[in-house]
Amino acid sequence: MSVLTFDPSGDPILERRRQIQSIAQASLGRRKASSAVALGICWVFLVLAIIPLVAVIVYTFAKGIVAWNATFFTQVTKPEGIPDGGVANALVGTVIIGAVATAVTIPLGLLGGLFLAESDGRVAAGIRFTADLMTGVPSILMGIFGYIALVKAFGYSGLIGAFAIGMIMLPIIMRACETAIRGVPGHLNEAGLALGARRFMIARRVILPAALPGIITGVLLAIARGVGETAPLLFTIFGNQYMQWNPTKPMDALPLVIYNNSSQPYPDLLQIAWGAALLLMAMVLVLSIGSRIVAARLQRERR
Amino acid sequence: MTTDSVTTPAIEDDVNLTTGEVFPERPTGHPVMQLTDVAVAFAGRTAVRDVTFDVHDREITALIGPSGSGKTTLLRALNRMHDTVRSARVTGTIMLGDTDVYATSTDPTLLRSRVGMVFQRPNPFPTMSIYENAVAGLRFNGVRKKPLLDEAAESSLVAAALWDSVKDRLKAHASTLSGGEQQRLCIARALAVEPEVLLMDEPTSALDPIATKRIEELIGELKNRVTIIIVTHNMQQAMRVSDRCAFLLMGEDKAGELIEFDATAKLFSEPDDARTLDYVNGRFG
Repeated sequence: MSVLTFDPSGDPILERRRQIQSIAQASLGRRKASSAVALGICWVFLVLAIIPLVAVIVYTFAKGIVAWNATFFTQVTKPEGIPDGGVANALVGTVIIGAVATAVTIPLGLLGGLFLAESDGRVAAGIRFTADLMTGVPSILMGIFGYIALVKAFGYSGLIGAFAIGMIMLPIIMRACETAIRGVPGHLNEAGLALGARRFMIARRVILPAALPGIITGVLLAIARGVGETAPLLFTIFGNQYMQWNPTKPMDALPLVIYNNSSQPYPDLLQIAWGAALLLMAMVLVLSIGSRIVAARLQRERR
Repeated sequence: MTTDSVTTPAIEDDVNLTTGEVFPERPTGHPVMQLTDVAVAFAGRTAVRDVTFDVHDREITALIGPSGSGKTTLLRALNRMHDTVRSARVTGTIMLGDTDVYATSTDPTLLRSRVGMVFQRPNPFPTMSIYENAVAGLRFNGVRKKPLLDEAAESSLVAAALWDSVKDRLKAHASTLSGGEQQRLCIARALAVEPEVLLMDEPTSALDPIATKRIEELIGELKNRVTIIIVTHNMQQAMRVSDRCAFLLMGEDKAGELIEFDATAKLFSEPDDARTLDYVNGRFG
């Protein structure tokens, strides 16, 4: 192993080198084995973690895909016994409620996140703590809050559902924006300041564009989370078996259809529930994958 | 490429007064690493190529050249750091003594215990104490005997000129050290494994001039112990510390190549290549 052509005895460095190298050589097998074992354990747990996820997806797909036909997407929900029912009213409700909630929470969450990222004061700390708390609050509380505060005064409506969903989305968007904005290197901020720019101008022209991939990812994941929520809608939108485009009136939504139909004993209603579950899953999947693609493309363009 | 233009004075027995270790005289100058037609490519694009030279035992070899000439890329090929980059390909032959560095039978972890590395920025392990940092490499390599660990820690910290200032606080966190001290701890950490070759990638570029001076002095003192290959941006530094020098330059196709390899004194005074002369005289780069 050694390249030396003379007797190394008497040189402490060479002796120690020889000693260390022989220990390293001798323990190589043990180290390789423990490394392989550790890697194997990682794989086992990875597979264990993935099995339930894959099982849910596969089962929902198998059960739901049979419900997907033309009437499923074009017809409204029908009671048991009446053929050719669909989920068009619920799909419209979910899209409108989701769109309203998104439209309101994006500016709030973005500016709130900017404030959190730029400020280290006590107010920011309090807001950050509240936002973290809100992401941990059970979503049914948002529904109950919407019911007590708004439904009792204005009656059931899609808008109140959007409000409850927005309460779920807002802290997620805010914290995602804060993280994305904090990820922008501080020297860019300094470069802007050194040119005599005002803070808001730097934020608008330099910081926010640089943080955009992270912001988009955060927003899309928040939407995916929001449209899948059931509990906030239970007490706020009431449900509606007719097509309803007006969000000030009671509406239906996909999670509500799943919730209501899945507790029914009738096979055709159960099938509609599976179909709605698959549709919801597909929407969330498209949003998640879409957010990754958009973020990756923005990142690539920068290079 | 002449080798006889370097005259190394005969080394007499050298005693480290702190540890009492005696370094007896030993022959010097035979090649420890031999590079033949070495090239590195990333995703099919050549970053550096045509590198052929010998690294001599207990000498300091400097890699110099402007940015983009492939100095660091070449250095990282020597201890297979490019293995972690999926798109990287190293071709040519690199021999460490009798060991073919890129042979499939060569274990990269064993190889890296023989070819240590010090990076541009000090990177001590933040959660480990000074002592734990110093012996980290030994522990990674399966050394568990406390006497050997203690002996190696002291010897390497002495060699890195850090022992006197840290011997009373070996349990302190490495982050309590200054930048220059942290870099010397990183040198000690690399030395503790007693590598045959130590690679240094611009080890002073993140340090102030005084810390730089101390590291440079240290590099000179380490010659007894280990063969050093150092990448540097700073030509004065290369002139001050190195025995031999490899000059790399970016070719027309953006790939770095070896222009000249020679004894430092000759390369800086009367190089064979006009481009080397221009560079060492500061006319570009």
